[in-house]
Amino acid sequence: MSGFGPVFSFYVLSALVIGAALMVMLARSIIRAVLFLVLMFVGLAALFVLLTADFVAVAQLLVYAGAIGVLIIFSILLTPQREMRGMETRFLAPGVLAGLAIMGIGIGVAVYTSWPVRGGNGFATTVGAIGDALLNRYALPFEIASVLLVAAMVAAIVLVRGRGVDEEREPTAIPPSLVRRER
Amino acid sequence: MIGLSEWYDLRDLGNPVHALLQWIDGWGDGSTFHWVAYIVSGLIGAAAIGLFLGVIMLFLIWLERRAVARIQIRRGPNRLGPYGLLQPLADALKLMQKEAIAPRLGDRVVYTLAPLVIFIPTLLVFAVLPFGNKMQVANINVAVLYIVAVGSATPLVVFMAGWSSSNKYALLGSMRAVAMAISYEIPMVLALLAMVLWTGHMDLNGIVHWQQEHHVWLLFLQPLALLIYFISASAELNRTPTDIAEAESEIVAGYHIEYSGMKFGLFYAVEMANALAVSALIATLFLGGWWLYGLDRWVPGYLIFLAKTLLVYNLLILTRGTLPRLRIDQLLAFAWKYLLPLALVNIVVVALEVLLWQQNGLAQEVFFPVCVVVNVALSVALIVGYSRAFDRRKIMAPRRARLVQDPLAYMPQ
Amino acid sequence: MLALLPFLTYAQVSVKHFLVVSAVLFGIGLAIALSKRNAVMVLMGIEIMLNAVNLTLVAFARFAQSAQPIAGQVFVIFIITVAAAEAAVALALIVSVYRNRGTIDVDKIDLLRF
Repeated sequence: MSGFGPVFSFYVLSALVIGAALMVMLARSIIRAVLFLVLMFVGLAALFVLLTADFVAVAQLLVYAGAIGVLIIFSILLTPQREMRGMETRFLAPGVLAGLAIMGIGIGVAVYTSWPVRGGNGFATTVGAIGDALLNRYALPFEIASVLLVAAMVAAIVLVRGRGVDEEREPTAIPPSLVRRER
Repeated sequence: MIGLSEWYDLRDLGNPVHALLQWIDGWGDGSTFHWVAYIVSGLIGAAAIGLFLGVIMLFLIWLERRAVARIQIRRGPNRLGPYGLLQPLADALKLMQKEAIAPRLGDRVVYTLAPLVIFIPTLLVFAVLPFGNKMQVANINVAVLYIVAVGSATPLVVFMAGWSSSNKYALLGSMRAVAMAISYEIPMVLALLAMVLWTGHMDLNGIVHWQQEHHVWLLFLQPLALLIYFISASAELNRTPTDIAEAESEIVAGYHIEYSGMKFGLFYAVEMANALAVSALIATLFLGGWWLYGLDRWVPGYLIFLAKTLLVYNLLILTRGTLPRLRIDQLLAFAWKYLLPLALVNIVVVALEVLLWQQNGLAQEVFFPVCVVVNVALSVALIVGYSRAFDRRKIMAPRRARLVQDPLAYMPQ
Repeated sequence: MLALLPFLTYAQVSVKHFLVVSAVLFGIGLAIALSKRNAVMVLMGIEIMLNAVNLTLVAFARFAQSAQPIAGQVFVIFIITVAAAEAAVALALIVSVYRNRGTIDVDKIDLLRF
């Protein structure tokens, strides 16, 4: 991709995404870390648009920024700690070292390989092609993904429900306090 | 006179703009000044949207207050200017000169940022709407899905506003608003999906062109989808009857309690602008946008579009003035247990009809009226039958009191 | 630095640039997942890693020579789906652990029983 527009946007958006990811690590409070994470998702969606993947960009916005961001925020509010800070464990140095090592390997592989590149301007529109692929060639993973989603939904609800919180008992002849409750 | 597309053909304001951009493109040797045309087109689009929103929001505030007042058998503002037309100006001036009292906060950056960021999804939605045949700031291939995606960022900003206010009621109100917004997104997407299935286009100008080619408003073909979308969108907008999250008599204005001055003015303006965006979207998708059975050859397309948008906005005002407020658990139950199955059945019916139509190559003049009759009958049957079959007692009168766990465990220091 | 801007007209961005960005993101995500104490922060690191992989796949779908270039984007759709499901279950687990232990500090949840 050449030209002032794409190159400038690439550098600005990459700086935004990497900066937001760094701020997730260094943020003072955990809510700010989540907001920086959402900013990273939005920046990544913009990068997808730059790569002419319009449907994937919109899906990323919908699912990640809209749904997973809200999910993480709700779970932070449901699990309050005494200090709402993203504190590190004693594995800070090894963790950062491991991250840097993987980063180095990844950058090395990316730069020193000659990738077979095709020219052209990318995709004009992707929705039709993705839909076609999802329903013809990748139909089986599509169905498995839907089963997975149902399983995940049921699992999440069952896990969060607790032990019979929402059970409704019929009025019985024995007063409730004398009915033996199983633990 | 009818078929002009010169720059002075003001029936479609895109004509002078296109002529200007082509002229700029032709500067130099035809390829060095593309970027000037690009920047100029962006500036014109942004200025147009800004001007339109600014002017029409003043009018809408006045319209809403007068209309709601007449519904409530009172007059509404009639002191400032003829028929109170200068009232929104006075409101804006008042908000600008107010002292912005901020509470002692933990997170001042998020507090200041929330009213600014909440305007972004609205502006992004307006950028995709076709005001006329060539009057669209951005023609995106996945416009319908883009609108939903951009609108799904609003709950996050509402949470930002509620959390940073360090106020129990603000947090509670924002949590309720977030829960309602994400619940009503799904029937909304499914209703819009029915539209996309019918027309085969996801870009809004394509949908309007489809309606023009087939000489039918999508409203007639899909009354159930319109109803579902209208209810879901008005619930997303936090308007009465679904404004439990921010009503003044319920929760002391919910997530914008601690905002005063122009920050509150921004929240208020965004609420109106969102309502206008939803009305414009309904006008485009269901009512034919800038096309009106050939009337757009004499009357400019954007005036027709404006008229339809204001019609739908009046409907929103009507529901606001006449319906009582619903509780949050009633609203959530309504979204998940009632609207979602209806939307799913609607999608199945639409898919069947589109399949029948395309596979058999049926003539459109025969098929569409049959479709209209079948859809209307089906919608009425579904709504009435499902309401009856639904065990209403469980929702409105639970047999015993139940403790509902709400996410209010932590308050910021 | 603004004087460098006109030179961008002659610059080029190819697949290597996107892969470098993705590698950096993956490293940052890994560092967050390994070095944070709060379980929700660990989940955030994992989401960053998944997003880095998405970026790699979309870059390849755009740039790489293949018989079916759209397959990269289809794979990304599946990854987004699976990530959403996994985030839901992971957060449900975290809330459950919080209810049973009172904390989600990963340093403190190291015994099965106490």
